[in-house]
Order: sequence, then C-alpha cells, then structure tokens
Amino acid sequence: MAETVLETHGLTMRFGGVTASDNVNFKLKAGELRCLIGPNGAGKSTFFKCVTGLLTPTEGHVYMRGQDVTGWQPHQIASLGVGIKTQTPNVMDALSVHENIWLAARRFHNVSEAHGRADEIIDRLALGPIARTELGQLAHGERQRVELGIVAVADPWLVLLDEPAAGMSAQDVDRMTEIIHELTRSAAVVIVEHDMQFIRSIAETVTVFHQGAVLIEDHVDRVMSDPHVRAVYLGKNS
Amino acid sequence: MGRSASQDVLITLVVSAVLIWVMPLLISTYTLTVLVIYGMLGLSLGLIWGFGGILCFGQAAFFGLGAYTYAIAAINIGESTVPMILAVLVPAVFATLLGAMMFYGRLTDVYLGVITLVVTLILFKFVNSTAGPQYVIGKARLGGFNGIPGFQTLNVPGDPDAYVWGDPFFYVCAVALVIVFLLVTWLLRSSFGRIAVGIRENEVRMGLMGYDVAARKTVLFAVGAAIAGLAGALFANWGEIVTPNLFSLGQSAEIIIWCIVGGLGTRLGPIVGAAGLAYLKFMLGQQSMVDNTLITGLILVLFVLFLPRGLVPAIASVLSSIFGRTKRRPNASRTRRARHG
Repeated sequence: MAETVLETHGLTMRFGGVTASDNVNFKLKAGELRCLIGPNGAGKSTFFKCVTGLLTPTEGHVYMRGQDVTGWQPHQIASLGVGIKTQTPNVMDALSVHENIWLAARRFHNVSEAHGRADEIIDRLALGPIARTELGQLAHGERQRVELGIVAVADPWLVLLDEPAAGMSAQDVDRMTEIIHELTRSAAVVIVEHDMQFIRSIAETVTVFHQGAVLIEDHVDRVMSDPHVRAVYLGKNS
Repeated sequence: MGRSASQDVLITLVVSAVLIWVMPLLISTYTLTVLVIYGMLGLSLGLIWGFGGILCFGQAAFFGLGAYTYAIAAINIGESTVPMILAVLVPAVFATLLGAMMFYGRLTDVYLGVITLVVTLILFKFVNSTAGPQYVIGKARLGGFNGIPGFQTLNVPGDPDAYVWGDPFFYVCAVALVIVFLLVTWLLRSSFGRIAVGIRENEVRMGLMGYDVAARKTVLFAVGAAIAGLAGALFANWGEIVTPNLFSLGQSAEIIIWCIVGGLGTRLGPIVGAAGLAYLKFMLGQQSMVDNTLITGLILVLFVLFLPRGLVPAIASVLSSIFGRTKRRPNASRTRRARHG
C-alpha cells in the first residue's frame, strides 16, 4: 500500500463566529492526484492555507509523511519538499524567468547545480525564448507557467496548487494539464479548483467541500453525477 | 549585472583611484572626508532598502550608535583600533536584536517604519537627557546635549601617538568606502544577495520556496547597521565630538532622501545622492538667502515627480542610449521583440 503523504485530523478553522473549515479529515497517498472542489466559500482555500502553513488551524492536526506539521511556518513546510502555488500568482516581478526559477532551485542545491536544474525546467516548460525576460512583462498564462516551474524545480514529493487554471486561455490550460501530469510521476498533487472542465480533464478522485466540511469523496464521474453535489453547485439547500 | 565580477572590481578600483586623486584638487579634503562618510551612510541604507526592501526610518540610530560607541570606547581604551571594531559590532548587535523582533514578529512595512523611527527618537531623547554626572560609562561622561568631546581620534594601529588626521584621514575614509563598496558588490552577487533581492520582490514566494525570510532580513538589517556604524565612527573622528544630533530625525530623513535622489536599487546611487546633497547643503550653508531644508525638500519633490528612479539610473539609461550599450532594460525589450517575430 502506498505511503500516506498528507493527512489532516479534525482540521477546524474559525474566524470569529464563522467556521470556514469544519472538522476535515483528509488523506492523500503518494503519487495520487486529488482535486478539491466546491462552490465559493466552501472552505477549500482555508483548508489549503491551513495545510501550507499560511494559517494556523484553530483545532486539529496536519501530518506530512507522518510528521506533525501543525502550526509550522510556510518556509518550514516548503523545506520538507512540498511545492506550493497560491491562488494569486506569487512571483518576483523585477527578476527574469531564469532568476525566479534559479532562486527556487538554489534552496536545495549549490549554485552551479541550481543553474543546471533551472535550465532543465526552462526547457521542459518551453520557457526558453523568454528566459531572460522580467516576469513583470509577461502575460498571465506565462507567469502561471513560471510559477509552476518554480514549484517543479525543487523536485517536490507533494505539490499543492490553488486554482492553477484561473484566468488562463484554453491553450494555456492544456499545457498546464500536461505539466501537472508530469508532476504526478514523482509527487502527490492536490489541486484546489472550480473550473469543472479542467477538473474533468485531469482528475480521478475528487473531494467536494461544502460549508467548510467534506461533502463527498469519490471518482470524478460519480461525483459529477451525484444529485447532492449538483444541488450544492446550483445553490439549492437540499 | 552583465559584467563579470573581476571586471566589476577592476572598474570600481580604477574609477575610485581617479576620483581619490582628482577630487582633492577641486574640494578641500576636510569637506570631502565628510562627503565620503555620508556616502558610506547612504550606501548602508541603499543596501537594505534598495536590495532588501527594508525601509528603515532610523538608519541615523545606527550611525549615532557607532559614533557614540567609538567615542566612549576611545576615552576608556585610549587607542583607536578596538573602538573602531566596537563601533561596527555594537550597532550590528543592536540591529540584530531589533530586526529579529520586527521580522519574526512579521511586521509589515508601515510598522517597521514606525518602530525604527521611534527607536531613533528614544535614543535621541535619552542621550539628550544624560547631562548629569551620574551618566558615566567607565571614564566617559555621556554629556547630554553637550555631547562627548576630547576622545582619542584615529591612530595608526598599536601607536596611540601617531594620529591619522587631515589628508591621510581622508584617504583612510575613501579607501574604507571603496572596501565597503566592494564588499557590498560581492554580497549582492552572492546567493545571499540574490535571495535578498528575491525577498524584496516577493516575500511570500520566497517563504513558499523554503527560505527563512525573517532570518535573512535580520542578517541584512544587521549588515546595514554595521556599515552605518562604521560611518558613524569615522564621523566621530572627523568632527572630534559626538552630539545627540547624530540621532536626530532630520538626519534619518536625509539618508532616505539621499537614496531616493541618487537612485534606489543601485549601489552607486545612494553614495552619489549622499555626497551630492551633502555638498549642496554645505554650499547653501554659506549663504543666508534661502533655507537649506527648503531646498532639500524641493529637490526631493522634483526628483519624485520627474526622475522617480533617481539620478544614477537616469544617467545610466541616457549613457546606454547614446553609446548603444545594452543595460538591463533595453536587453529585456530586445528579447521581447525577438519573441514576437
């Protein structure tokens, strides 16, 4: 049986009187690709932030490869070998594509090896022609691709992506899908997304969030045909 | 940074050698010395603000701390070598503690500005109120608003009677600035410097890459304080007296203006801004028609409006357009054009 790389026990996050994440028990095996879906305000992003250390959960625990990482800082979690991409693109605008990716590689490798790795990723993501361009001058899709490069160059064993396809053209999304599939060869991947088309094209197992809690967790086809899920998405309280 | 490291060092050495040779023919070395010292002070803020994104409103605190440390230690020790070293270490340690508190507390820019400003104010008020005889460190009386005069000034290491003053002191300061400049160049070329620039650009991303942002900012902050402390010690030697005015808010504000006018995010800009504005202030000080601070304020406003990137980047882009040299910006636009056809 594959190793469990990410697990949460009773994860709860409250903001004042609002329970954004409600007693979430989540389990992810090595090499798995999992999509988290749900309508706006379902608690996907809060869950994501609790797992990545951007928020400290009110209650419950987060485990990565069996280690309790609850309350850790994002940089400590990233240092374990976890690649994280936040909802809004987080890149260094005044630096070149190469410098952005090199900085990510440098965290785990020495200077020259980091150069080699950065070049390799730039090739793989077809970023060659813009490698020396500053990020601030790039289009949204390109910036998203660079950020995936930043995540991929560190050779993560767990990748957490928050809405990677947001605001991208169909062509960009196809390319993104390819890159994510490549990532799953060496890492378990969690994707928070509400673009249904994208999810259909990429997902196997899907976890549906509703009002902070897990509503259902099943194969994508069964989830999509589930009347309860449909009701939630259409906004009916069935 | 298109040039290789050795080219960079060579150009720095040649240009500074020429300047050190030519400038004393134009301006008296006494004035030049303080311009060089201000240049170093400007560089200290230029490093942490321009390359680390840390806007410190209290760089004068480290400057003053360096000067006072030197004066107090020199009175107690009677030889200048150890006081010089202490004048670098004390501000650095102080900045480490202050920085750790701020950066691990995850304070945002605004609060960082407020805290550094208040720390400067506290030091200013405190030192001002130490006129009484009970404020003594070893043999040195702090002297309150009168400051501390009459301490041992810079001497040849090991020989307290061989004073370094006048022209030789200018050369010592100039060489110190060149060395600090080269060290800053080296630091910025190293992984540490590149990571610092990354943090300036996007703290969250650097954290998500696994870098301990707070620790790195603290170290950079301390390095800036060490340079400011060295400048303070040299200033103490130049003035042969230290007064609480070193800690004044006016001094802190001036350093920020030097950086903006000279060009933030460059190594040379803050030095040029500091020396240029300080010289202008010196010239304006010789007349009584217009108020000095008014002119400084006017210059700041004009620069923010018309040359927001500062003097050095503006000159660099003019030069590169004349000589067709490819600096960073034209380079980027060229690759972009190539991409589109």
